[in-house]
Amino acid sequence: MQAVEFLKKISEASGVSGAEAEVAGIVAETFGALADEVRSDALGNVIALKRGDGLANGEHPRIMLAAHMDEIGLMITKVDGGFLRFTQVGGFDVRTLLGQEVTVHGRKKLAGVIGSRPPHVLSAGDYDRVVPMDQLFLDLGLEAEALAELVAVGDVVTIRRAPVTLGRSLLAGKSFDDRACVAAIEGCLELLAKRRHSWDVYAVATTQEEVGLRGATTSAYGVAPQLAIALDVTFGSQPGVSDSESMGMGDGPSIGLGANFHPKVHERLVATAKAHEIPYQIDPTPGRSGTDAWAIQVTREGIPTALVSIPLRSMHTPVETIDTRDAERAARLLAEFIAELDGEFAQVLGVQVKRLSGQGGQAC
Amino acid sequence: MLIKELVEADGVSGHEDAVRELLLKAIEGCADEYRIDALGNLIAVKYGSGGSAWPKKVMVSAHMDEVGLMVTHIERDGTLRFSPVGGIDPRVMPAKVVRIGDERIPGVIAVKPIHLLEPSERWRVLQFDQLAIDTGMSCDEVNRKVSPGTYAAFATSFEVLDEGGLRTVKGKAFDDRAGCAALVELLKETYPFDLYAAFTVQEEVGLRGARVAAYAVEPDVAFALEGTICDDSPKDKDTSPTTRLGAGPALTAMDRSVICDRRLIGLLTAEAEAAGIPYQFKQPGIGGTDAGAMHVQREGIPSAVLAVPCRYIHSPVCVLSLNDFDNAVRLMRGALYRLTGGLGA
Repeated sequence: MQAVEFLKKISEASGVSGAEAEVAGIVAETFGALADEVRSDALGNVIALKRGDGLANGEHPRIMLAAHMDEIGLMITKVDGGFLRFTQVGGFDVRTLLGQEVTVHGRKKLAGVIGSRPPHVLSAGDYDRVVPMDQLFLDLGLEAEALAELVAVGDVVTIRRAPVTLGRSLLAGKSFDDRACVAAIEGCLELLAKRRHSWDVYAVATTQEEVGLRGATTSAYGVAPQLAIALDVTFGSQPGVSDSESMGMGDGPSIGLGANFHPKVHERLVATAKAHEIPYQIDPTPGRSGTDAWAIQVTREGIPTALVSIPLRSMHTPVETIDTRDAERAARLLAEFIAELDGEFAQVLGVQVKRLSGQGGQAC
Repeated sequence: MLIKELVEADGVSGHEDAVRELLLKAIEGCADEYRIDALGNLIAVKYGSGGSAWPKKVMVSAHMDEVGLMVTHIERDGTLRFSPVGGIDPRVMPAKVVRIGDERIPGVIAVKPIHLLEPSERWRVLQFDQLAIDTGMSCDEVNRKVSPGTYAAFATSFEVLDEGGLRTVKGKAFDDRAGCAALVELLKETYPFDLYAAFTVQEEVGLRGARVAAYAVEPDVAFALEGTICDDSPKDKDTSPTTRLGAGPALTAMDRSVICDRRLIGLLTAEAEAAGIPYQFKQPGIGGTDAGAMHVQREGIPSAVLAVPCRYIHSPVCVLSLNDFDNAVRLMRGALYRLTGGLGA
């Protein structure tokens, strides 16, 4: 499976919410090679269709896999002499920004740093004060005139970080939220290339998740699937985070359980994992999941939706860390699940319409 | 480039060996002799051409060491606790990549996700004793390769930022590998007196190498070559006016409700430039408009925003410029006619 190599490739591509074109191009090419057709919609979602064999009755139920390809980033708000001011697209912990390297997507790609003031000129109290975003600045090492020529208000900025392998199976880098899951979908499509499946598979890399699940909203409307599985990252265990709010790293993908997820789909995912001896964890999610699943579930007349997640440390930082085995297991889980989808399950998920026995209108 | 090699080597105070090895190679062929003293200072001598009554001996120093980290403790989960070596602002540490020991094992300084922080935590600085390095290795593996006392350095590469103009470069440890690289250049010439080039250790922990080197060399004159403080960045807050009255209709890149379609923004700016209509970009991130609702309907609708700047908005009395108003009409009308040409890629 090339999923992890694919992740390394797309991790470094740029794709701040609303400006996903670069990463979308790579995803469209790769998904396209593994699917029958690929298109994009008005919001830039990449939607690949891999046709299934269809059911005995000739129907082609649709399953949608969704993982978002947008990443959190920054946007220029002001060219300030030889420096740049910025705001964020999505939610950074501002405490992680000082001393990071970035790429500014101006008239061309420009390398820069988020500068910090020298310790020598700070007073003791400064070390206890978080620098708010409106006091941070970018330095591209350019003179003011050159900067004004190359950069404009509204230009997006990505964090610059090549993936780093840690130990035997961990990988750290930027934008693994949620490109680790885009990579898992790629792995699933690879596996399905060698399998028969009766349902049509829509592999969707969504946009603008980080600013409000916007790409999932329009792509789910467009695909109108009978079943959707969103893939996203979840909190991986790490120092300072309790076991009750995190999933084990390397313990397998987690399967969400709660109001956002259709119980029958959840059950079937768990059964699939058990049957194929794929390690998995249950992620109890009482309400809002904060993922594309939240938007997809209430699209059109309602869509049975589930969530498969990859545990990830240091979410929303340039050193997001996953255990690559969990991404590969997520890919296998999806492929096995899809290969076993049949007509019976389509009926289980269908809207239940029952006529009562002609006594309508009478009081009971 | 020597400076690139020097800054990509790691030499935290007390463990400057890798830098010294590079410098030994660099001074080969230009220095006449060298010695390495008890603390690890590399002192290279370039004999003078003679004829200088005074000075006989000039010493120029540059320190090889850099600020960095030292592992102080290995936790049972395999993460590494550390202390700074030299003066480092703790606020630059979270979410960085470091390399540990002579094997340069990669590690990251992990951070609790913002989603799980209490609101007050977001404004509390993470101090050194709250940070740890994750190497992805188990406790046993880590213990085989790392021990308390192992050094770690920032994993930063050297790169040119501006080829012309300011000719800026970025990297770590310019303090004081910039001085080291300059000192190597100086050794390439012959002076009337003996030049003692002292590549010193432990500057960042108390100027300790230079002290013993100067004692030993006993020069008539001494210079220190340094990378120094440059604090010329903006100190004030970003106080953008959002838009300026009279500067033309405002386009939106992003507000709270929508990230505008880049093709439509391109269409609007192309029309403005072709028709000579002034326009401005509203400061991103502020406000919300109907475009927020429109662009996510059904399969998505390409949407953008064109606005007339209004002072004292949402108050009983506002001020606008009729120039901006007229230009907004001209720009919108022109853009509408342009639409039939398609949105392009």
